[in-house]
Amino acid sequence: MNDVLDTAWVLVALPLAGALLLLTWGKESDRFGHWIGTAASAASFVWGVVLFVALAGRDAGDRSVTTNLFTWFDAGRVRVDMALTYDQLSALFVLLITGVGTLIHVYSIGYMADDPRRRRFFAFLNLFVASMLTLVLAADYLVLFLGWEGVGLASYLLIGFWQHKPSAAAAAQKAFVMNRVGDLGMVIAIALMLAHLGTTDIDRVATGVPALSQGVVTALGLLLLLGACGKSAQVPLQAWLLDAMEGPTPVSALIHAATMVTAGVYLIVRSSAIFDASETARLAVVAVGLVTLLVGAAIGCAKDDIKKALAGSTMSQIGYMTLAAGLGPAGYAFAIFHLVTHGFFKANMFLGAGSVMHGTGDDVDMRHYGALRTAMPITFFTFAAGYLAIIGFPGLSGFWSKDKIIETAFGFNVWVGLGTLLGAGVTAFYMTRLMVMTFLGRKRWRDGVHPHESPAVMTVPLVVLAALSVLGGVMLLGHWITDWLAPVVGEAHHEELPVPAIVLTLLVLVVVVAGVALAWATYGRREVAADAPADREVGWWTRAARHELYGNAVNDALVVRPTGQLVRGVTAFDRQVVAGAVGGLAGLFRDASQGLGRLQTGFVRSYALVLFAGAAALAAALLAVTIA
Amino acid sequence: MTEYLGLSMLLFTIGAAGVLVRRNAIVVFMCVELMLNAANLALVSFSRQHGELDGQLAAFFVMVVAAAEVVVGLAIIVSIYRTRRSTSVDDASLLKA
Amino acid sequence: MTAFWVLAPFMVLAALGLVLARKAVHAALCLAVVMISLAVLYAAQGAPFLFAVQIVVYTGAIMMLFLFVLMLVGVETAESLTETIPGQRLGAVVVALVFGALGVVGVAQSVTGAVVGVEQANEGGNVEGLAALMFGPYVLAFEATAALLITAVLGAMVLAHRERLAARLTQREVAEGRLQDYARHGTHPGQLPTPGVFARHNAVDTPALLPDGSVADASVPAPLRARDQVRPGDRAEVDAVARELEPGTGEGRDR
Repeated sequence: MNDVLDTAWVLVALPLAGALLLLTWGKESDRFGHWIGTAASAASFVWGVVLFVALAGRDAGDRSVTTNLFTWFDAGRVRVDMALTYDQLSALFVLLITGVGTLIHVYSIGYMADDPRRRRFFAFLNLFVASMLTLVLAADYLVLFLGWEGVGLASYLLIGFWQHKPSAAAAAQKAFVMNRVGDLGMVIAIALMLAHLGTTDIDRVATGVPALSQGVVTALGLLLLLGACGKSAQVPLQAWLLDAMEGPTPVSALIHAATMVTAGVYLIVRSSAIFDASETARLAVVAVGLVTLLVGAAIGCAKDDIKKALAGSTMSQIGYMTLAAGLGPAGYAFAIFHLVTHGFFKANMFLGAGSVMHGTGDDVDMRHYGALRTAMPITFFTFAAGYLAIIGFPGLSGFWSKDKIIETAFGFNVWVGLGTLLGAGVTAFYMTRLMVMTFLGRKRWRDGVHPHESPAVMTVPLVVLAALSVLGGVMLLGHWITDWLAPVVGEAHHEELPVPAIVLTLLVLVVVVAGVALAWATYGRREVAADAPADREVGWWTRAARHELYGNAVNDALVVRPTGQLVRGVTAFDRQVVAGAVGGLAGLFRDASQGLGRLQTGFVRSYALVLFAGAAALAAALLAVTIA
Repeated sequence: MTEYLGLSMLLFTIGAAGVLVRRNAIVVFMCVELMLNAANLALVSFSRQHGELDGQLAAFFVMVVAAAEVVVGLAIIVSIYRTRRSTSVDDASLLKA
Repeated sequence: MTAFWVLAPFMVLAALGLVLARKAVHAALCLAVVMISLAVLYAAQGAPFLFAVQIVVYTGAIMMLFLFVLMLVGVETAESLTETIPGQRLGAVVVALVFGALGVVGVAQSVTGAVVGVEQANEGGNVEGLAALMFGPYVLAFEATAALLITAVLGAMVLAHRERLAARLTQREVAEGRLQDYARHGTHPGQLPTPGVFARHNAVDTPALLPDGSVADASVPAPLRARDQVRPGDRAEVDAVARELEPGTGEGRDR
C-alpha cells in the first residue's frame, strides 16, 4: 500500500481544499485568493507529474492502480466504494486537466483582475478541477457520476458567473437543463448496470459485459451515448454550448473547449468494453460524431462572434473524437490523442480570443476587429500556432491527430471517411475566415477602441499552450500513445485501407488547402463589411448556419412547445376543474352566507319584529293545540 | 276577570308595537316598562282569580327586576349618548353582516 | 268593576299616546298615567301593598329616572317619525294585531271557573300575607333580588363613571391661568358682571349698566344675546330710580 500511486486522491483533494478555502474565507482573502486557487491547481499538476513519472516507471502490465479510499455506501446487495483508478488513460487526463487548468488559472489572474468577485471565480475553477479529476479518476460509475455532476455544477456556476446579465443567467440554465437530459441517460445506464450486473464498478462491469444479452448491452451503450451527448454538446443535445459562451473566456477555454466537454469522449472510451460488445451502439456513436462534426463546422462558418465561431469549431472537433471513439479499438487511442491536442490548441485559441477581447474592450464581433496582428503580436503568433494546428498544418499536433482519425474512418467506411475529409476542409475554411477577419485585413475598429497587447500573466500561458499546440504531435512518435493506451482500450488491429495512407494524407492536405484558399478568396482578398449583412441578404445556407442549423427551433418545436402546451393544459385542468370544484363549493357557501348575512341588518328593531312574530306564531300554535 | 286579562293583553301588545316602531331609545325603554306593567296586571288578576297571594308577590319581584333593569339600561343610554350624541336605536347598528 | 271601566279606556288611550307621541316627554307623561291607573287597579283587586309600591317605585322612582335622563339628553329633541327600515311599521302593526287578537282569544279561554278573590288571603292583612310568603317559601328569590340590585347599582356606577384624563386644577393654577390669559390676550381676569345691577329687574335678561348708564354686554348670558332676547337698558327707568333715591339729581343732570 505504501505506493506513491495510492496517493491519487491528493490530486482531487488539493483543488477541492482550495475551493472550500476560497468559498469560506471572508473578504480579507480577496487580495490573495486567486493565488491560493492557482497554487492549488499548480500543486495538483506537480503531483500529477510525479505520479505520471512513477507510473511510466512501472511495467506496462502493471500500470493500473486502484485505491479504495472508503466504502461510500453499502446497501444490501449494492456496495459502492469511493475508489480511484489511476491508469494510463486517467494519467493523461490528469496531466491535461491540471496542466491546461493551471495555465488558465494563471491567465485568469490577469483576465479577471478587475472583477470584484475574482476570488469566487477561482473557487469555482478549483471546484471544477476537483470534479473533473474525480470524473477521470473514478473507479466506479457512481463516483464518475459524482464528478460528472460536479463539473455540470461548476459549468453552471461559471457560465452564469456574470449573473447580472440575463443572457448569462439564461445560458447557464439552458446548459444545466440540457445536461440533465444527458444525465438522465447516465442515471438509467447506471441503474441498468445495477439491475443486470449488481455492480457499478467499472472493471467489474467490463468483465460482466459478455454475460449480458445483446439488447441490454446496446441499451447501455445508447444510454451512455446520451449522457456523452449532453456533456459533450453532440447532436441532438448540442444547443447549449454556443450559449455557454456567455461565461468568462477562461471558462470557455477550460470547460467548454479543453476538458469538460470532452468528458463524453472519455466516458465512451472508458466504457470501451460495452461499446466493443455492441455494433449498434458503436454505429450510433459514429453517426452522432459525424453529424456533429459537420453541424459544428457549418455553424463555425457563419458566426461573427469569435467565441461562438470557436464554440462551433469545438463541437466539430469533439465530433471527430466521438466518431473516432465509435470506431472501436482502432479509434479509441486516436480519439484520446485528438482530445489532448485539441485541449492544447483550442484552449490556446480561446485564451487568444480572450486576449483579443481584453484588448478591444470586450467586443466579440469579428467584424469589428481586423489588422490586430500589429497591435497584438504575441496573441497573433500564439493564435496562429493554434490555427495551424487545428487545420492540420503538417508537423503540428492537429495534423497528426486528425489525420489518424480520418485514416481510421476510411478504414471503417468510405462514406464516413469522406465526411471527415469534408469536415477537415470546412475546418480550414472557417478557421482561416476567423484568422483573416481578426488579425489580417483592414482595421474595422470601433471608435474609441485602442487594441493593446495583454499583460504577461496572460501571454505566458498563451505561449506555453502555443508551444504545446505545435509540439503535441510528439506523442505519436513511435506509436507511443497507442501503445501507452493499449492496456486500457485494447489493441488496435490494423484495418485494410482502400488507398495507401500517404495518399490519404495528401488528399487531406489538398482539401485543407482548398478550404484555406476559398476562405482567403472570400475574406482575405475582398473587404469584410463592418456590419453583418442582414439575414435576407445572405443565402439560405448561411442563414441556416447562423441560426445554428435551427437547433433551438427544433428543440422548441419538439420539446419546449409541446411541454409548455401540456403544462398549460394541466394548469387549465387544475384551475378549472380541480380548483373550480373547490372554488365553486366555497363560492356556494360564501353566497349562501352572504344571503343569510343580509338578514343581519344590525337594526335591533328588525330583530325585535322577528322575535315578536315568533311569539305570535307560538301563540297561534298553542291556541291551535288547545282548540284541537 | 277576562276583561282585566284582555286589558293586560292589549297594553302588552301596544307596548310591543311601540318597541318595534319607536327609535328613541328612551321611549323604547318606556314601552318595555309598559309591557312589564301589563304583565304585572295579569299576575295580580290571576292572584285574585285563584285567591292566592303568590301572584302579587311575583308582581313585586317583577317590579324589583324592572327597577334594576331601568337603572342599568338608562346608564347605558346615557353613556351611548355621551359618545354618539344620539339616542336612536338605529344608529347602533354596527353589528350587521 | 266601576274603577276598571272608568280607567281602562284612559289606560289604552294613554298607552297609544305613549307609542304615538312625537315628544319623549309626552310619552313619559302618558306612561305615568298608565302606571297610576294600574296602581288603582291593583288596589281594586285587593293588592294594597302593590298599589303603594307601584306608586312609589314606578311613578316615583322609575318615571323620575326616565324624566331625568330625558332632560339630560335634551328634552327638546323631537323624534322624526318617518320610518327608515322598509316594511317595519307595517309589519309591526300586522304582527301586533295578530298577536293581540290571538292573545285576547287565548286569555279568554284560559280563565275557567269562578273568581275566588283574595279576601280570604288578605284576612291577616295583605302586607303580612305577602311578608309570610316573601320570607317563607320565596326567601331565596328575595335574597337573589338583593344581589341583583347591588349588581345593578355597581353596573350603573361603572357605566356612568367618567375617567379623569388630566390632574384636577388647583385654585392657584386656575388663578394663574386667568392672569396669564389677561397678560397675553387681555381677557378680563375677574368674574363677569352679574345681570341686573342698577336695574329695576334682577331677571337674567336684564343687562347690567355701567356707571355712565350704558349696557354691559358681558352681563347677559351669550345664548340670550344670540337670540336677541336682551331687555333694552332703559335710560328713563334709571333716571327714575336715581330721582327716587336722591331727588333732583337725575333731572338736574339732564338739564
